[in-house]
Amino acid sequence: MQKSNVDIRSLQIGFGGLKVLENLDLHVGASEFLVLLGPSGCGKSTLLNAIAGLIDVRGGEIHVGGRDVTWAEPKDRGIAMVFQSYALYPRMSVRRNMSFGLTVAGTPRDEIERRVGEAAQMLRLTSLLDRRPSELSGGQRQRVAIGRALVRHAGVYLFDEPLSNLDAQLRAELRVEIKRLHARLGATMIYVTHDQIEALTLADRIAVMQGGVIQQLDTPKKIYREPVNRFVASFVGSPAMNFIPGQLARGSEVAFIAGVNRVSLNGYAFRSQPTDAPAVLGIRPEHIELTASNDPSAVSARVEMVEPMGADTLIWCRLADSTAFSFRHDADAQVRVGDTLNVRFPAEALSLFDETSGQRL
Amino acid sequence: MRLSLNSRLSAISALLPALLVMLVVYIGATSWTVWMSLTNSRMLPNNNFVGLRQYEMLLGNDRWITSVHNIVIYGLLFVSLALLVGFLLAVAIDQRVRAEDTIRSIFLYPYSMSFVVTGLVWQWLLNPTLGIQHVLRSWGFEGATFDWIVRPETAIYCLVIAGVWQASGLVMAIMLAGLRGVDDEIWKAARVDGLPKWRVYVSIIIPMMGASFATAAVLLSTGVVRLYDLSVAMTNGGPGIASEVPAKFVMDHLFERANIGLATAAATTMLITVIAVVAPYLYWRARKGEVR
Amino acid sequence: MTAVAQPLPAARRPKRMTPARWGLYAFIFITALYFLLPLYVMVVTSLKPMAEIRQGNLLALPVAPSIDAWVKAWTSACTGLTCQGIKIGFLNSLRILVPSVVISILVGSLTGYALSLWRVRGANILFGTMMVVAFIPYQVFIYPLVRVFSFTGLGQSLSTIVIIHTIFGLPTMTLLFRNYFASLPVELFKAARVDGAGFYQIYALIMMPMAIPMIVVAVILQTTGIWNDFILGLVFAGRDNLPMTVQLNNIVNSTQGERAYNVDMAATLLTALLPLAVYFGSGRWFVRGIAAGAVKG
Ligand SMILES: Nc1ncnc2c1ncn2[C@@H]1O[C@H](COP(=O)(O)OP(=O)(O)OP(=O)(O)O)[C@@H](O)[C@H]1O
Ligand SMILES: [Mg+2]
Repeated sequence: MQKSNVDIRSLQIGFGGLKVLENLDLHVGASEFLVLLGPSGCGKSTLLNAIAGLIDVRGGEIHVGGRDVTWAEPKDRGIAMVFQSYALYPRMSVRRNMSFGLTVAGTPRDEIERRVGEAAQMLRLTSLLDRRPSELSGGQRQRVAIGRALVRHAGVYLFDEPLSNLDAQLRAELRVEIKRLHARLGATMIYVTHDQIEALTLADRIAVMQGGVIQQLDTPKKIYREPVNRFVASFVGSPAMNFIPGQLARGSEVAFIAGVNRVSLNGYAFRSQPTDAPAVLGIRPEHIELTASNDPSAVSARVEMVEPMGADTLIWCRLADSTAFSFRHDADAQVRVGDTLNVRFPAEALSLFDETSGQRL
Repeated sequence: MRLSLNSRLSAISALLPALLVMLVVYIGATSWTVWMSLTNSRMLPNNNFVGLRQYEMLLGNDRWITSVHNIVIYGLLFVSLALLVGFLLAVAIDQRVRAEDTIRSIFLYPYSMSFVVTGLVWQWLLNPTLGIQHVLRSWGFEGATFDWIVRPETAIYCLVIAGVWQASGLVMAIMLAGLRGVDDEIWKAARVDGLPKWRVYVSIIIPMMGASFATAAVLLSTGVVRLYDLSVAMTNGGPGIASEVPAKFVMDHLFERANIGLATAAATTMLITVIAVVAPYLYWRARKGEVR
Repeated sequence: MTAVAQPLPAARRPKRMTPARWGLYAFIFITALYFLLPLYVMVVTSLKPMAEIRQGNLLALPVAPSIDAWVKAWTSACTGLTCQGIKIGFLNSLRILVPSVVISILVGSLTGYALSLWRVRGANILFGTMMVVAFIPYQVFIYPLVRVFSFTGLGQSLSTIVIIHTIFGLPTMTLLFRNYFASLPVELFKAARVDGAGFYQIYALIMMPMAIPMIVVAVILQTTGIWNDFILGLVFAGRDNLPMTVQLNNIVNSTQGERAYNVDMAATLLTALLPLAVYFGSGRWFVRGIAAGAVKG
C-alpha cells in the first residue's frame, strides 16, 4: 500500500465574506498520524474537506504524494475519508457499501472481493457483510465506514471526528482499533477531533488550531509539556492547567513573584532572555508536589474543595492572594477542607507566558 | 393524568362535532350508500333489496366501463408522470441553482389553482382551431396536428396533460423536502468514492426516499379517484362519453339520470378501491411510527 | 521532501459553467415555460378583442390591449339564464369562504386539541377513522347528506355549504392541530392544569395563541381549498349561492352560439386571482401548508 505525504501551501478558504483559513501551511509526512485538534468552528473540518477536494479553495496549493491536486476531483486525489455521521448508504448491505465505489470505478470483481474480504477481516466485519447499516450498532457502523475507506487503498486517510457520535466505551475501543490499524498499514492519516484524549493517544503529531490558524504543531508530549501559548496550554489537558498571574524578577536567580509567594525558576528553559515583566505561570495539576513547611520554595495554600476522582484526588486550593489552583494527589490523601498545605511548583514542569501576548517565555 | 368529571365533560363536549360527523357522515352516510346500492332505487330511495343486481348492471354499462377504463389510463399516466416530472424538478432545484425561490414558485403555482380553472385554460390551449395546433401551423408546420381534445381515443390524455401540469409542483415540494433531508456527508462520501451524480441519485438517494415517493403517490392516487371537476370543466366527459370518469358517473346518475341504485353501486365500488389502496398505506405508516 | 508539482490535467481551476450546468438550466428553463404558458395565454387572451383572437396567434401579445373582456366577465357575462357576470359568483364565494374558514378551523383545532392533550377513551378510533375518511371520494357521502339536509329543513343554503365545508375540512384540520399540540411540551399543559385552568381556558388562553403559525397554515390551506371547491358548492350551496367556480364553468361551458374566449379567460383569471394572491403572498407558508397537509398520520 502506498503512503503519501500531504503538503499544504498558503491555503485560503472562505465562505462568502467569512475567511475561515488564511495562508495556512502544513506538511504531513508519509506514514504520519496527524491529529487536527481545536475547539468547535475553528476550521478543522474545512481544512480536511479541502484536502479531500470537497470544497473549493480560494488560494494556495494542496499536494498529495507529490502531485498538485488543488483542483483534482476527490476520487483522483489518492485519499479516502471517514465521516462523523458514518454516511453509509442506507439501502445497501455492508458488503455493497464497501464495494460500491470500486464497482463503479470498474475494478475487477475478484480484486474487489479480495479487498473487501481483507478490510472486513481487519475490522472484524466478516459476519456482518450482508446486513444493512440500520441493523448495526453505532460502533459497527463506524467500522463499516472505516472499511469503506480502507478498500480504496488510498495514500492518505482522512477522518472527520469519526468517534464523536459514539458513547465513551465504544470510543475507547475504536480508538485502540484505529491506532492498531495505523500501525499495521503504516498509512498516512489525518484525523480531526476536539477530544484531546484521542489526540494525545493517537497522534504522531498534533496540530492545535484556533480561529483558522495552527497554533502549535508538535508531538503530543511537546504539546502537553511545552505549549507555545496560553490557548494551547488551556485547551490541552484535563483537568485544565492552572494559571497564576504574577511578575518575573531577576535577582541572584530568576524567580516568579505572585503576592507573597516566590517560585524559583532555576531550571526553566527560557526561550529568550527574561525581563522584569508581568507574566502568567502555568502548571498542570499533576506537577504540583506536596512539600515540608521548611522547604524554601514552599508555597502555602488553603484547601477549599476535595474532588475524589477514583485513581487520584483533585484538591482545590487558594493562595494567600486568593488565586485558586488545583492539584492532583493520590486517592488516599488525608486532606480536609480548611487545611493549610505546603506545595512546590517544580521549575522544570512550569510554563511561563507573557501576560499580554500569551506567548510562551 | 386523571381527569375530573368536569374536564372530562368539557373534553367530550369539544369532541361532539367530531363524534356527530363520525356517526352521521362516516358511518351513517357510508352505510346508507352501501345499502342503497343493494336496492333498486331510481329517482327516490326505496328499500327493495335486489342483491348485487346494480353491480351486474354496472358491469354491463358502457359508460361505466369507459369511465373505469379512462380512470385506469389517467391514473397510471398521471401518477407516474407527475412523480417523474416532480422528482426531476426537485433534483434540478436541488443543484443549488440561482433564483431557487422564483423557480420553485413557478413550478408550484398551478397547485394553488382549482381544477375548474385548470380545465378551462387547457381546454383553450388545446382547442384545435385557435390553440396550440393553430400556433404550430402558423409557424410553418403546416401538417402539425394536435387535436387530441376533440378525438374520442385521445381526449383522456388531455386530462393527463392538465393534471400533470397542476400537480407536479406538489410532488416537487414533497421530493425537495426529502432531498434536503439527505445527510450532506452521504454526498461527500459518494464524491470521495468517485460516484457520478446520476449514479448517486439512482443507487443511493432514490432508494432512501421511499417515504417521500409513497406519500406523493398516495396523495396523487386519491386525487385520481376523486377526479371530477377537471373532466367536467375540460371536456364535460366528451367527446361523447370518451372522457367520462367514475366520479362523474356517480354524480350524473344521482342528479340527472335519477338512478340512485346504480350511482350508489358505483360509489361503493370507488369506496372499496380507495380503502384497498389507503388502508395498507396507513397501516404501513402506523407500523413505521411504532418502530421508530 | 518537497513535491515537484506535476502538471496534471485536473490541476486547474474548473470552469463555473460546465456543459452539465448548461443542460440543467436549459431543462429548468423549458419546464418553466411549460408551467408558465397557461398563465401567459390566459392573460394575453383576456386582453385581446375577439377579432384579434380569431385571426392572430395564441401566443402573440395583444396588438390593441383592452380590458373590455374583463369588464364584461365581471359585470355582464351570462351564467345560464342570468347575465350579471361573475361578480355574483365572487360575492357568493366570499360569503361561503369566510364563515367556512373560521368555523372549520375552530372545530378542527378544538378537536385536535381534545385528541392530543386529553386522554379520551376512543380517541384513537375517532382519529384513525378520520384519517381514512380523508382519502374517500365525496361521491360516497354526497347523496345521503343531501337527504339529511333536506330532512333537517336546511336544504341547499349558505348554512348547509358552510357545515359541509366544516365536515370535509375536519380530518385535515384535526390532523394539523393535533400534531402541532402533540409536539408542544406536555409540561406547559400540566402547569396550566395545576394552576387550575379548565379545558376551554387552556384552549383559548394558552394553546391557540401558541398555535398562531398553525392557524396561518390552516387559513391558507382552507382558503385555497374552499375557494377552489366545485362539487360541494354545486350540490349544497343552492341556486342563489353558487360559488365562483361553478359560475365560471357555467359561463364558459354553457354558452350558446359563438364563444367569447377573451371573456372566458378573463373570468377564469378572476376566479384564479384569490388563490394566486394567497399563494404568491404567503410564499413559504403555502409550502408549509402543503407539507402539513401532505404528511397524513
Ligand atoms: N458551508 C459553509 N458556509 C458558511 N460557513 C461555513 C460553512 N462551513 C463552515 N463554515 C464556517 O466555517 C468555520 C469553520 O467551520 P468548520 O466546520 O471547519 O469547523 P470545525 O472546526 O470542524 O468545527 P466542529 O468541531 O464544530 O466540527 C465556522 O465558523 C463555520 O461557521
Ligand atoms: Mg467539524
